[in-house]
Amino acid sequence: MTENVAPTNLGSTIIQVPSPEPGTVDMMVNMGPQHPATHGVFRMELRVDGEQIQDLVPHIGYLHRGSEKLCEHESYSQIITLFDRLDYVSNFNNELVIVSAVEKLMDVAPPPRAELIRIIMCEFNRIASHLLFYGTFAIDMGAITPLLYNFRDREKIQALFESVSGARMMHNYFRVGGVKEDVADEFESRSLALCDELEHGIDETDRLLTENEIFLERTSGIGVISGEDALDWGLSGPVLRASGVPYDVRVDEPYSRYDELDFGIPVGSAGDCWDRFYVRILEARESVSIIRQAIALMEPGDTMSKIRRIARPPAGEVYAHCENPRGDLGVYIVSEGGERPYRLKVRPPSFCNLQALRDLTVGHYIADAVVILGTLDIVLGEVDR
Amino acid sequence: MSFTDILFAFAGLFGLFSALLVGVLSLTWLERKTLARIQQRAGPSVVGPHGLLQPVADAMKLATKEDIIPAYADKLLFWMAPAFVAVPAFLIWLAIPFGDRIAVRVLDLGLLYLVAISGIGVVGLLMGGWASSSRYSMLGGLRAAAQLVSYEIPIVIVILSIAVLVQSLSLDAVIGGNTITIGEATRDLPGQGLIPFAFVMPMGFVIFFIAGLAELGRTPFDIHHAESEVVGGPFVEYSGVHWAVFFLAEYLNTFVISALIVVLFFGGWSWPNPPESIFGNDLSSITTNFVGGAWFMFKTYIVAVTIFWIRGTYPRLRIDQLMTFAWQVLIPLSFVNFVLIAVVLFYDWPLWMMPTLSLPILIGAAIGVQRGRGVRDRPQTVRILRRSAGEIGRPMPNAPTQTQISGEGQGGD
Repeated sequence: MTENVAPTNLGSTIIQVPSPEPGTVDMMVNMGPQHPATHGVFRMELRVDGEQIQDLVPHIGYLHRGSEKLCEHESYSQIITLFDRLDYVSNFNNELVIVSAVEKLMDVAPPPRAELIRIIMCEFNRIASHLLFYGTFAIDMGAITPLLYNFRDREKIQALFESVSGARMMHNYFRVGGVKEDVADEFESRSLALCDELEHGIDETDRLLTENEIFLERTSGIGVISGEDALDWGLSGPVLRASGVPYDVRVDEPYSRYDELDFGIPVGSAGDCWDRFYVRILEARESVSIIRQAIALMEPGDTMSKIRRIARPPAGEVYAHCENPRGDLGVYIVSEGGERPYRLKVRPPSFCNLQALRDLTVGHYIADAVVILGTLDIVLGEVDR
Repeated sequence: MSFTDILFAFAGLFGLFSALLVGVLSLTWLERKTLARIQQRAGPSVVGPHGLLQPVADAMKLATKEDIIPAYADKLLFWMAPAFVAVPAFLIWLAIPFGDRIAVRVLDLGLLYLVAISGIGVVGLLMGGWASSSRYSMLGGLRAAAQLVSYEIPIVIVILSIAVLVQSLSLDAVIGGNTITIGEATRDLPGQGLIPFAFVMPMGFVIFFIAGLAELGRTPFDIHHAESEVVGGPFVEYSGVHWAVFFLAEYLNTFVISALIVVLFFGGWSWPNPPESIFGNDLSSITTNFVGGAWFMFKTYIVAVTIFWIRGTYPRLRIDQLMTFAWQVLIPLSFVNFVLIAVVLFYDWPLWMMPTLSLPILIGAAIGVQRGRGVRDRPQTVRILRRSAGEIGRPMPNAPTQTQISGEGQGGD
């Protein structure tokens, strides 16, 4: 065994740490919090032997805002705005979780039309989120063009969101018992037209990346996790399904009106980065089909149920969860009655998915760490809360 | 060396230096515009017509930026590194012919000179990487050293094959042909006036192009300054003018490789010949030389745009895949190319034997690379499960029951 070598000035501050291999030392590389490929303020402490990763310690918390604590001091309608900012690329999905939790606690049901609007918004948001994933994932691998194509399509989705909620990202549109206001008359035709454009955009990304020789080489067999391990780590969403576990909250515990819709769940079997990518491609296509079905089901009617303007759920506890683009987002609320929750806890899918990072990464190269982190598709707003 | 010679040398150097600076500026603009068009953007469009002055604005901005030297940096090496990269990039241009015997120095050992000078740049990258006292720089510098040294070999072997083909190390012979005397017999070796060498040795061209991309550190081989991995590699800690010099060298090298591809494989200034009726075919005439030079630059820019196009399309390889590709595919192939040309010349076979022999080998190697790595044969691992088909979740409340098949020939879906 080599003894601990003191940090030497290798013309530099490169710290050397003892390596299991006698006669050599490993290098510590601090990736993040300011690194273009960590998708925000995430920090990985890598111990590398040359280019190969021997150990990895993730550090989180740079974006901690104390959202859960803040929720204890806000009324339920104000909490919705805080949930917008958890997973800031799939805001509608987050809103759905909190409003359905409060509705469950109060035992109210939103009108059918509001449910469908919610589903359409959530699925559009899923596509928007996945589009962002394709782009950033390609950037992680050095392909700069897909990002621009995907942003073009995402921009169209956000324009639709703006026409519905008035905001491109932080919508604050879902309400306990319905949605803020009805959609405009041309919403349906506009959505259907957008669906066609999105399908085209997804196909474009598919053609550009999926079968690309270099892409396949960089993703096939990289960061493999088995279905059992994925379940043990508590992974969810596309990351879990890519490992062959067909778990999707939308079909296993259908919420809202998802049980009336027919859609497929893409399930991988290799559990590597390529599967995690391709599952998301197929998932976005399924979302397009969900939107089309939901629009076909739309009927005129109320968009807000007759409840008090300020929600005052009874004392009690409730757990509600929905399928977010990143996985199973849950919220646990303890209420003592009154306008504010006594305690609120979020189960963030990104945070849970991030747990597996070390297992996935050790033994691979530095470049693979970036790709694997990319396929986990974390959003730091949700990890750190 | 007479006084006029020295004067001409200085004038040539000065002219070349200014021309190259303008060339680099134009190249950055061209790259940004090309990428923008690929990515459905407008690209630079604010400063000057079509954003043409954007590179000037960038250069001014870089020149006025603070030049930061990290506290722990090895200051001498840190200062010297950009020069070590940029000076060879300039020097290479001394030998490149813009017309018939028109170069700053017409060297009889031009090919040797190119190979010798282009190898120096890697020292600068390694120095910069080491001296910056950043781990990313260190990784980037080491990556650059490994990559550039590996890909130097196929480039040198291909250049050697061309030297064998024209029996000379002079770049003028590469373009204009050569006459050699063996014993009593004189023999005319073809130049590229009629058929460029890209068609004579397609394998050499493909190898040179790929290895050239790697030598430049361009996508898909841009691992030594990979933005998403080592955040700029050896250049992480550089700013201001020092960074600008690195940047200049990068683009100069892109220019060099494009020019080399044109000179070695697409006939430089000579192919296809300017129409005789308009310009005359007197090679010493100024018009012909001017047209030849413009023709050469035009082809160089086309190659450069191709390189940008590749950058806009492909992801990047990983370091081990990159090294494997060099040592297991490109280097053996370049030797095969070398042996083939030697055999063809030794037995005095007609030159069209060269593409006939090497194209099947090239195609076979390409298929072999695909098959050998097995990525194409990846089984379809993702399937879609449907609740309506009862494959997942609770059954649908109003799920369609088993499709009834009535009569023959009317299969359900």
